[in-house]
Amino acid sequence: MSIEKRAAKPPNRLLFFAAILLPPRFTPMSVRYDRRYRTLDKYRFIAGFLAIPLAFYAIFVISPFIQAIYYSLTDWSGGPIANFVGFDNFVKMWNDERFWDSTTTSLTLLVIAPVVTLVLGIFFAYMITAGGRHRKGQAISGVAGSSLYKVVYFFPQVLSVAIIAVVWGRVFNTNAGLINGGLDLVGIKGPAWLGGEYGLALIAVLTVICWSFVGFYVVLFSAAMGGIPKDIYEAALLDGAGRGTTFFKVTLPLIWDTVRTGWVYMGIQALDSFAIVLVMMPSHAMKVTPVFLYERFREGQFGYATAIGVVLLLLSVVFSLVVMRLGNRDRIEY
Amino acid sequence: MGPTNVNRRDVLKRTAAASLLALPGVGALSSCAAGGGGGTDEKPQKGEKSKKNPLGVKEDAALAVYIFNGGYKDKYAKFVSDMYAKNYPKAKVDQKATEKIATQLQPKIVRGNPAADVINNSGADQMNIGKLVTNKQVADFTEMLDAPSWDNPSVTVRDSLYPAMQSMGAFGTKGCYQLNIAMTVYGNWYSKRMLEETLESQYPKTWDEMLAVCKKAKDKGIHGWSYPGGHPRYMLFSMYAMFAQVGGRPVIEAMDYLEPNCWKNDAVKSVFEAFEELVAKKYVLTGFDGPQGHTEMQTAWTKGKCVFVPNGSWVENEAKDTTPAGFGMTVGATPSLSTADKMPFGTLYSPPGEPFIVPAKAANVQGGLEWMRMMYSKEASINLFKETGGIPALKGAIDGMKLPPGTDSSQKAITAAGDNIVIPFWKEWYGELFTADYDKVMGDFMMGRITTKEALDIMQKASDRIAKDSGITKIKKA
Repeated sequence: MSIEKRAAKPPNRLLFFAAILLPPRFTPMSVRYDRRYRTLDKYRFIAGFLAIPLAFYAIFVISPFIQAIYYSLTDWSGGPIANFVGFDNFVKMWNDERFWDSTTTSLTLLVIAPVVTLVLGIFFAYMITAGGRHRKGQAISGVAGSSLYKVVYFFPQVLSVAIIAVVWGRVFNTNAGLINGGLDLVGIKGPAWLGGEYGLALIAVLTVICWSFVGFYVVLFSAAMGGIPKDIYEAALLDGAGRGTTFFKVTLPLIWDTVRTGWVYMGIQALDSFAIVLVMMPSHAMKVTPVFLYERFREGQFGYATAIGVVLLLLSVVFSLVVMRLGNRDRIEY
Repeated sequence: MGPTNVNRRDVLKRTAAASLLALPGVGALSSCAAGGGGGTDEKPQKGEKSKKNPLGVKEDAALAVYIFNGGYKDKYAKFVSDMYAKNYPKAKVDQKATEKIATQLQPKIVRGNPAADVINNSGADQMNIGKLVTNKQVADFTEMLDAPSWDNPSVTVRDSLYPAMQSMGAFGTKGCYQLNIAMTVYGNWYSKRMLEETLESQYPKTWDEMLAVCKKAKDKGIHGWSYPGGHPRYMLFSMYAMFAQVGGRPVIEAMDYLEPNCWKNDAVKSVFEAFEELVAKKYVLTGFDGPQGHTEMQTAWTKGKCVFVPNGSWVENEAKDTTPAGFGMTVGATPSLSTADKMPFGTLYSPPGEPFIVPAKAANVQGGLEWMRMMYSKEASINLFKETGGIPALKGAIDGMKLPPGTDSSQKAITAAGDNIVIPFWKEWYGELFTADYDKVMGDFMMGRITTKEALDIMQKASDRIAKDSGITKIKKA
């Protein structure tokens, strides 16, 4: 292609835009040699790859969020009419004791559940990867049977949440449950775990949440700990570090990023805990915010329910930001 | 041609920009969920009206029926669906049963494209009927009620049924948007054998007699009362008629219309105090706090661990498997509290139960109405009774039949009550007041954790909250 054929003046605008859809072969020379054609071709290339995923993301992720935010500002009750009511739903929520009751419970779970689960998870994972006796030729090793434990810890993750809730509901049953049955054998009359005191109900829910998630974190943290080079442990060992020192000075700092991610994830799980509470708890004994939201939905107060949903979204975001900020340390490269 | 040079960093950078660009487009993409319009304005399918077909059902229009799969199961409805298929052989009749009515049906009703033509809107996951009526999502049954009844063309459907059918479905309008098929009798359920043989007592007609029976039972190591800890709202079944007995109808009407201080009335207070005494004296067998608490409680009851339980007439069917022969399941009307009571002993909490609706935008509204007309036929009523033990809403449908003890006592209780039938409409109109607030209050109250005064304060607060809530459509006194 010779220089002479290049058009002297820029192509007309219409032709240029038409070129967006044309393959290069059919694009007129005048356009192809335009200075701007290269930019056009580049972005066309990117857009071609991104159009479908972006459209999916927009339709199935972003649009529901925006719709929810819009509906939280209306009095929609499931019918064809949704009147715009401004922040009325949020004012109502502020004055609604039931919202505060359920949110107090949710926030309590948000604070306690991740701490308990992560501490247990890290402890078990450490025992599995580095908690055993020193064997010959190895700087670290897990406790006896650790590979079996890893599998067993993961079992609850395989079960559906609904099944976990039903089974634990039976375990906590006042008159026929496993716990009170056991207490009965030693002559203690067990309390009403689920339908009685609020504190007991909270302990019951915490137990189930921690039990069902701890296995996941054992596996997650074992993987993270497995990634730490053995020679670091060896060096620590040579310097005379015991198990405790090794854990706090070597293991924990090196898996900190994973811990932080796990903390955010577990916090959001605890903030939700919808299925477990809905299936296991009698609704009069204890509620978490998502259950309260669900009940508003069932009563046809869709606008109010979505407003609660928006607040939950904000809570999750704030929680994640706080954890990311608090847990921010310089990353150690290894 | 010049090379199109795109490096990885550029792609990442531009992705962020592109997602921002995508945002304004979302508004156009998101179809409005509350739209409810879109292709639903088709004319309902109607056929020619005739003597045999007074509602003008289109003979070949398909009919979809959704039944709540609860204590009544769905065989009784299958009978009616089969009846429909026999009468309209060209129509395809499809019946489904579910425990999750709202989950399965509400989304499509909201979109104006209901999946069913008749719905048994019942169970824990029922749709809020008040909202459905406000949103004009349910059809008016008036046309069907004024049509000739299935068995006798000279009597309208309305006149062939027990009274209060229309008022249960009126929701402050002149129409009728919900119809029930069976009469439910609430009260104190007991075993005749336990009461008369083991305890050598008669059914207590006053509260003092009630306390005496409970004491006698306690001496024999039996609890006088029980209730399902997982669903403490069952207590209303034994308390409600007493509110009316002590204070008269104005007291219970005040509750329906959420009047100020309706729960702090002295009549209500004295009934709560009566039950507080049961709790204080440890006559109540507690526990049963799971979601299946009611079944567990009923099993303990049929095994003779307690005497009286708050329940409804479905219990005979629900507890069938554990009820021993000769148990003599019986319902007793709630005892009188004092001689100053405004309504007599025998006053009964007995509304028509098992609600049905026809969605306003159902594909075959006329077929749905016709299905209900068949439900109220003598044939279907007798079958309903045979399958479920429920007392059909059709007057005298099961007269002269051999009835099981629970149903027999329910039937007698309705007759004995005469006009003294009381129905808590607030429970139907403002569901959360019953399923959430009353439930929570009774959960604490029956465990002795709150006093009568605290319980009534909480109930009053809840009632006031609903009265003030602009998001809840209030039903005014007609």
